[in-house]
Amino acid sequence: MNLRQRRGLKLAVRFTAAVAITLFFVFPIYWLFMISLKTAEEIYSFPPKWFPSQLQFGNYAVLFKDGDATTVGNSLIVAGVSTAIAMFLGTICAYSLARFKTGGEHLANWIISQRMVPPIAVVFPIFLLYVWLGLVDSYVGLILLYTAFNLPYVIWMMRGYVLDIPRALEEAALVDGYTRWQVLWKVVFPMCRAGLFATAIFTFVFAWNDFIFALVLTRTEVTTYTVQVTHYFGGQSNFWAKISAMSVLGTLPIFIIVGFMQRYLVRGISLGAVKG
Amino acid sequence: MRPTSPTRHGDAVSPPAGIPRASLADRNFKHLLVAPSIFVLLLLGIFPLVYLVVVSFQGITMMETDTGFIGARNFVHLLHDQRLWDALVHTLIFIAIALPVELILGLAMAQLFLDKLPGRQVFIALLVLPVVVSPIVSGATWSLMFDVRYGPITQILTWISGRDVALLWTINPILVYPSIIIAEVWQWTPFMFLLLLAALANVDKSQLEAASIDGAGHWRIFFKIVLPAIWPVMAIAILIRGLDLFRLFDIVWALTRGGPGTMTETISIFTYVKGFQQFETSYTAAVALLIIVLLSIVVLAALKRVELAR
Repeated sequence: MNLRQRRGLKLAVRFTAAVAITLFFVFPIYWLFMISLKTAEEIYSFPPKWFPSQLQFGNYAVLFKDGDATTVGNSLIVAGVSTAIAMFLGTICAYSLARFKTGGEHLANWIISQRMVPPIAVVFPIFLLYVWLGLVDSYVGLILLYTAFNLPYVIWMMRGYVLDIPRALEEAALVDGYTRWQVLWKVVFPMCRAGLFATAIFTFVFAWNDFIFALVLTRTEVTTYTVQVTHYFGGQSNFWAKISAMSVLGTLPIFIIVGFMQRYLVRGISLGAVKG
Repeated sequence: MRPTSPTRHGDAVSPPAGIPRASLADRNFKHLLVAPSIFVLLLLGIFPLVYLVVVSFQGITMMETDTGFIGARNFVHLLHDQRLWDALVHTLIFIAIALPVELILGLAMAQLFLDKLPGRQVFIALLVLPVVVSPIVSGATWSLMFDVRYGPITQILTWISGRDVALLWTINPILVYPSIIIAEVWQWTPFMFLLLLAALANVDKSQLEAASIDGAGHWRIFFKIVLPAIWPVMAIAILIRGLDLFRLFDIVWALTRGGPGTMTETISIFTYVKGFQQFETSYTAAVALLIIVLLSIVVLAALKRVELAR
């Protein structure tokens, strides 16, 4: 075998391994999506079928007709509003930390360590507090908690993005007569637009995908889609059609959004440690 | 409140360099920017913590609403609660198995996809997907996959073995740990993969070539050059995943709810059951405090060693 053939063989082996690995990671997602398109008889046929005989959206229609799909709307409201608030408060805080070294390293480290506490230990006292304040099962309560939970992430990430932009521009703008707020709005925010956008997406996804906070703090009014999915688990039989269709309703939007965010993914999930 | 506007210096007289730094960093302004965030973090961070301490010294349960102080009885109970320490052990087992598997598998995948490969970007885009799926949805998906009758895993195992297989993945005591770990590894190996791929891509190629010309073998190059180069990223990946695994809840909840019995109960599930199903309010507060203290020690030690900040 000459060198060329050996190289070709090596590439073929690597390619085959790549296909096999990718299949393992994609197959469960395929299975989830595929089940949601099957009819009940096909879902409960033995042995299981790997393709639906026809495409039908009956399982989704049921969710919309019964009003279960409104839980996706609840997820959208709490994740969307909390992201907007956390982004605004977090970014101005991050600017102060990055530019003026406010509070030094200690404050920055304290802020990021706030994110590392297990959610169950956070949500238990919050729950007691909310019972007292009457905030259980309310949009305000959930939004407040997601805002607080995501603030450390926003501050940490945006601090990194602000440090990436040169400060000379801001000083020049100040000399030109901008107020400090104008410097923020017209110089800093536009300069780190990509970072703002990427951080907002991840903040949104964290709140959107959360289960434990919503499980503890919601009852019937602001149930999010993740909690709704678990309502279909039964002792004896699971409502597979609903589990899968509800899961897809919550997952598909995330896939579409993240599809546009590939470039920022590594930096976003590594807490800014890897610039990717 | 409006911050004091910057003074207009004589336009031609003073160049930007002449402006003292303090003019950007007005004291009031910089604290004003930080204040709202700190307020929210304290409101939902410190205040509940204080509340936890108070409640943990009381004796509140579903039956008992008296808020009198009972001393450290909850903390004594903590030490003797076998179920709690079992839950901690279960959690550590998940960390001890899932974390190395994800790390090694992720590293191997990163090596595989490092060099040119037809369709590389498409593969990577698909491999990313599990990371952004909600963990509760992952758990639900794997419970569909593992179903003994209508799931594809039973079917595939039947094909391979050539006889009827009926494995109760989420019920059989021997299989519950493997099933949870498979789902966990499926969801988070791509996380390791992405971070390590970025780290490997940044390793200095000329150094590798030089070592190769000097006759160093593959493994030697890996341990002497590649591993030290990617270690900072690897340490952060291990820290993030380790902390995530410590709070493991969603996937276990969807697959086994901590069962059979309490076999797969993690510390988070234990706390949830105590606080929200058995309503042992004060005892749960003590447990939550224990978790926070344990974790704070680990996090502070880790943050000192890991270069998360720049």
